[in-house]
Amino acid sequence: MGSIFSLQQIVNGLQLGAIYALIALGYTMVYGIVRLINFAHGDFFMVGAYAAYGAFYLFNFFLPPGHFMAFVVLILAMAGGGAVALLANKFAYKPLRYKPKLSSLVTAIGVSMLLEYTFSALPLIGPSPRGFPELLEKRMFTIGSAQVSNYVMIDLFVAAVLMIGLTFLIQKTALGRAMRAVSQDKDAAKLMGIDVEKVISFTFLIGGSFAGAAGLLAGLTYPRIQPYMGILPGLKAFIAAVLGGIGNVPGAVLGAFIMGIAETCATAYNSLLGEGIAFVILIVVLLLRPNGILGEKTADKI
Amino acid sequence: MDKLKTPRLLIAAAIFYAVVQVLILTGVLNGYLVVIINRSLVFVILAVSLNLINGITGQFSLGHMGFAAVGAYVSGTITSTPLIFGAMKLNPHLFTDNVIFLAAIVIGGFGAAVVGFLIGFPSLRLKGDYLAIVTLGFGEIIRTILNNIQYVGGPRGLLGIPKFSNFTVIFCFTFLTIVLLRNLVQSSHGRAMLSIRENELASELSGVDTTKYKVLGFVIGAFFAGIAGGLLAHLLQIAHPTQYGFYASALILIMVYAGGIGSLTGSIIAAFSLTFLTEGLRIGIDWLRDSVGIPIGTEWTMVVYALLLILIMLFRTEGLMGMRESKLLIIEEKKV
Repeated sequence: MGSIFSLQQIVNGLQLGAIYALIALGYTMVYGIVRLINFAHGDFFMVGAYAAYGAFYLFNFFLPPGHFMAFVVLILAMAGGGAVALLANKFAYKPLRYKPKLSSLVTAIGVSMLLEYTFSALPLIGPSPRGFPELLEKRMFTIGSAQVSNYVMIDLFVAAVLMIGLTFLIQKTALGRAMRAVSQDKDAAKLMGIDVEKVISFTFLIGGSFAGAAGLLAGLTYPRIQPYMGILPGLKAFIAAVLGGIGNVPGAVLGAFIMGIAETCATAYNSLLGEGIAFVILIVVLLLRPNGILGEKTADKI
Repeated sequence: MDKLKTPRLLIAAAIFYAVVQVLILTGVLNGYLVVIINRSLVFVILAVSLNLINGITGQFSLGHMGFAAVGAYVSGTITSTPLIFGAMKLNPHLFTDNVIFLAAIVIGGFGAAVVGFLIGFPSLRLKGDYLAIVTLGFGEIIRTILNNIQYVGGPRGLLGIPKFSNFTVIFCFTFLTIVLLRNLVQSSHGRAMLSIRENELASELSGVDTTKYKVLGFVIGAFFAGIAGGLLAHLLQIAHPTQYGFYASALILIMVYAGGIGSLTGSIIAAFSLTFLTEGLRIGIDWLRDSVGIPIGTEWTMVVYALLLILIMLFRTEGLMGMRESKLLIIEEKKV
């Protein structure tokens, strides 16, 4: 049992959890504001990874490799994820805002399929996996009994900075207050003069850019990208959001780290269990605490 | 003479069967077209059974092909394992090949129903979209599991399934499925399911046991998906994990929404049209690549479907038929 819960597994789990957390935040924010499970969110993550890939080969010509270049690539990955999220919101979700909820859900599946298959159909990208470039030189450190690479620190650092920025945005700015107001009551927020559509667009932008950042980190950490790479991480991040309490921002982060650690530990025990652990967690959460760890129980309004 | 209304469906079905059978026997339909017709009929079963879940009961399942996979693997294992087959052959008069085949298909259906209950019960107790995500996860899990069980072939797939499915068998199963689902939808149980779709809270307050009916609809849908999976496995003589992935489930979902949620007629029409459209697109893409020289891949088929789904949702949310049914599928009420 020692090897399953070793420090090494915890470190790997935190690294995976950081990536899940960035994706889960987008799910939970969009759900909190428009009550939509955005199935295409995992594909925004994929778009971010490809944007980073493209940005690397573009800037490779005139920027020296190093932290500045990695920063530029990160910004472009976030821009890619954010842009595609904005477009999806504008053309696919906004026209259906006041139609039955299931239509938006079906449209989200359509958007997800469109992104995946368009990316694998485009000759420039194609269906076969690509190796992700080594953006920064990989170095290994030994901490206690664990081997830790600088990538772990980069992943955790980027995730932490983005999350602190998001907390500041939500808690301290006027826009954040508007977001909280819309998530509580859309109609009342509108009556108070909040431009609800603008707030929703902005939520999609933030969620998409976070997923884009996660795409870069995932490409860096597990250096293989392909058009369908977003399906499983998207699903697991969603389960993490449900675990933490969907619509709850700190809950998504907590759920994501639990999920990351559970997955690496389960994989160390048995790879099939590692694939299925997310699903087991979901079923257990739905049976025992359907509102998630930090979620609040809401009553139906009649 | 209201009692005479019901056989109209039987007559229409008999005419369809006779015409296709004559065309097959006279050789007008070649083997390729017969396979497409058989596939269309299997997709009709899948689409109407998903419609029971997504359209009639108003839930949202994304892993319908996962249940088909259960049916395909269970029935395929029964008919392709000499040991099981041999044991059942001990009484060759009672257990002919066809009896074993039919039993295997039905057992596959029950296997899928059991799995459907295990999936549906925890997720359907809740309101909201949880079922969507659970079933999506389930579809991925079942594929992973099948990939890893060497006994059923792992990633190679389950091979050596005898070719028992033919037009007659598939047609009979499809017809039975349509009739049974039509009768269910237009019974008091069906009304209860419809009321959940229209307003779950109001339905619950009116005394409908919503959890029971949601689970019931889900389990019945899974059962018929299992039947369809078994038929497909015995038609293609292989059951392969990749046949039952998200791609396939999404295709059935598109059929249901293109046909109209809640309309069995719409699902039937859409299953036929989209199966033929898939073949048409495939031929078109092959032609563009081989004759015109444009280097495009089969992925474009799915791009077309994804766009189709989005456009249907944006511009004709209710689908082709809306909630209307063909007169053939309406049971006339007796005048009191």
